[in-house]
Amino acid sequence: MILEARELRKHFRVKGGGTVHAVDDVSFSVEKGETLGIVGESGCGKSTTARLLMHLIEPDAGAVLLEGRRIGSAQGAMPLREARSRMQMVFQDSFASLNPRLTNEASIAFGPMVHGVPASRAIERARSLLDRVGLEPARFGGRYPHELSGGQRQRVNIARALALEPRIVILDEAVSALDKSVEAQVLNLLLELKSELGLTYIFISHDLSVVRYMSDRVMVMYLGKIAEIGPVDSIYGRTAHPYTKALLSAMPSMDPSKRTEAPPLAGDPPSPIDPAPGCRFRTRCGYAEGACEHTDPPLGAAGEMHHVACLMRLPGSGHSKAAAHAG
Amino acid sequence: MPAEPLVCVRDLSVVFGNSIHAVNGVDLDLAAGEVLGVLGESGSGKSVTLRALLRILPARARMGGSIRVDGRDVLAMAEGEIEDYRGGVVSMIFQEPMLAFDPVFTIGDQIAESVVRHRGVGRAAARARALEMLEHVRIPNARRRLDAYPHEMSGGMRQRAMIALALACGPKLLLADEPTTALDATVQIQILLLLRELQRELGMSVIFVTHDVGVACEVADRIAVMYAGRIVETGAVGDVMRTPRHPYTSGLLSSIVRGELKGQRIEAIPGSPPDLARLPPGCSFEPRCRHARPDCRDGFPAARTLDGGRVVRCVLET
Repeated sequence: MILEARELRKHFRVKGGGTVHAVDDVSFSVEKGETLGIVGESGCGKSTTARLLMHLIEPDAGAVLLEGRRIGSAQGAMPLREARSRMQMVFQDSFASLNPRLTNEASIAFGPMVHGVPASRAIERARSLLDRVGLEPARFGGRYPHELSGGQRQRVNIARALALEPRIVILDEAVSALDKSVEAQVLNLLLELKSELGLTYIFISHDLSVVRYMSDRVMVMYLGKIAEIGPVDSIYGRTAHPYTKALLSAMPSMDPSKRTEAPPLAGDPPSPIDPAPGCRFRTRCGYAEGACEHTDPPLGAAGEMHHVACLMRLPGSGHSKAAAHAG
Repeated sequence: MPAEPLVCVRDLSVVFGNSIHAVNGVDLDLAAGEVLGVLGESGSGKSVTLRALLRILPARARMGGSIRVDGRDVLAMAEGEIEDYRGGVVSMIFQEPMLAFDPVFTIGDQIAESVVRHRGVGRAAARARALEMLEHVRIPNARRRLDAYPHEMSGGMRQRAMIALALACGPKLLLADEPTTALDATVQIQILLLLRELQRELGMSVIFVTHDVGVACEVADRIAVMYAGRIVETGAVGDVMRTPRHPYTSGLLSSIVRGELKGQRIEAIPGSPPDLARLPPGCSFEPRCRHARPDCRDGFPAARTLDGGRVVRCVLET
């Protein structure tokens, strides 16, 4: 286990009253060398989870453990500075995440220089990284972010993230803003880099096809909670949570002779402000019963390494589709 | 002689400033009741083409060629005439509903205002029409929603309200510019199915611009694929999906990530789209094309009509 999230919680107060339950007691682990995909719709907490892992925002409760050590300022904990040299992030907005006044090679060299690498060596390494991500260093090193296309800028961001030789890279909708033909190029690059450098990825996206393609395991989030987590083939092939099923059948058909006949869910995802007790999906779930209003479903076994938070899969939960007795 | 199609665009060009060639000779026909999906990536000219049809491009855009809609010459219309045309004959829905709504007026007032303008009816009748439209697009508690401001609605509801506004005066043609792109997956499919249903019910024509092949497959009868300001391939949606004939179309389809291809390299198109200020003299896809040959640089290939009404602009088909 290279990374572990233990009961992470982040709530935000909203002006005018109420609390956004962005992430609510979320626990999971990531194995070295794997890609964990995180999917869900807006407000599900996937990006907040990424920011909590990086400590870009402080959790209200819970902890992040990197290589077995808690990240933070407590005694014996791994200092943030050290954690961030091992864990880096690439964001969706390729423009906002680069300093517009720095050339590409200066942006890439910036992190290592802050961490004490001499400037000449940092620049030299930045050039070799540019080369590695498919941008000719002589042509692109001295250019500024606004002189690049979106795909080229995202390559620079990937090079920047790799400059500190991290073990883990968090990709938060990193290819979502790119055109399909460019997205494919960047995904190919990410897979090459992963096997070459032995990286571990956390791959966050709203695109279920891309997540399936990239991930070894997948975590599905809904309104700040984990709905389902497991090996990619189980999540897509033996889907256990009604929300995951709805997400999968909401994907537009790629075959015009087999068009979608009816939408799997009605309405919009509810607001994450002060969610009602019980299962958070029950307001849109076709299987909701009285039990779902009272019990917040815990993550329980749904298969090998596959866990789901649904009362229908929890023996003795009181849901009519659940087995009557535990054990 | 067959009747003129509802939309007839010939050799449309749009140039921004002196040098940005956004649209470079688009020909397009659309029959009444037909849904055309215009598929393309950013910079392909798909949105600019749509905006040209409604004549809402900024003043610095220079347009050439001809656009005829419902028998009228759109580029020759005077100001008063164009106001009747917009909303009355042709309406548009956008990716961002806040573009269509004024934030300081209620949804009901804005729909009613458009009905008063185009139908010449009184306020009460216009408000009744607004309510009817909100019910039509299946907004729950429609009567209460008439008095809601745009910001008081969720993303999906705002999108429905924008569709109600666009269709309130019964246009013959609906222009849709990526109307579901910003929506969550479970909401997107609801809006797509609603548009499909309304189109069938009202029999209007739709031009649906999208970058998402799946979305086009859900709604379109025919597809036009755009690249660097030109339509490179047109055909029935099933034909184009099954047997793409233009190398850009096949490259685009094979670069779409399908989960089941796990472990295989995606066949991406190399390089990136051309700079619209410096378009190559020949085929603009030639620098990225695996079938490129010397005569591709001689000029942009003419359109060639194949079986089943497929039209392709590529030297491989001449």
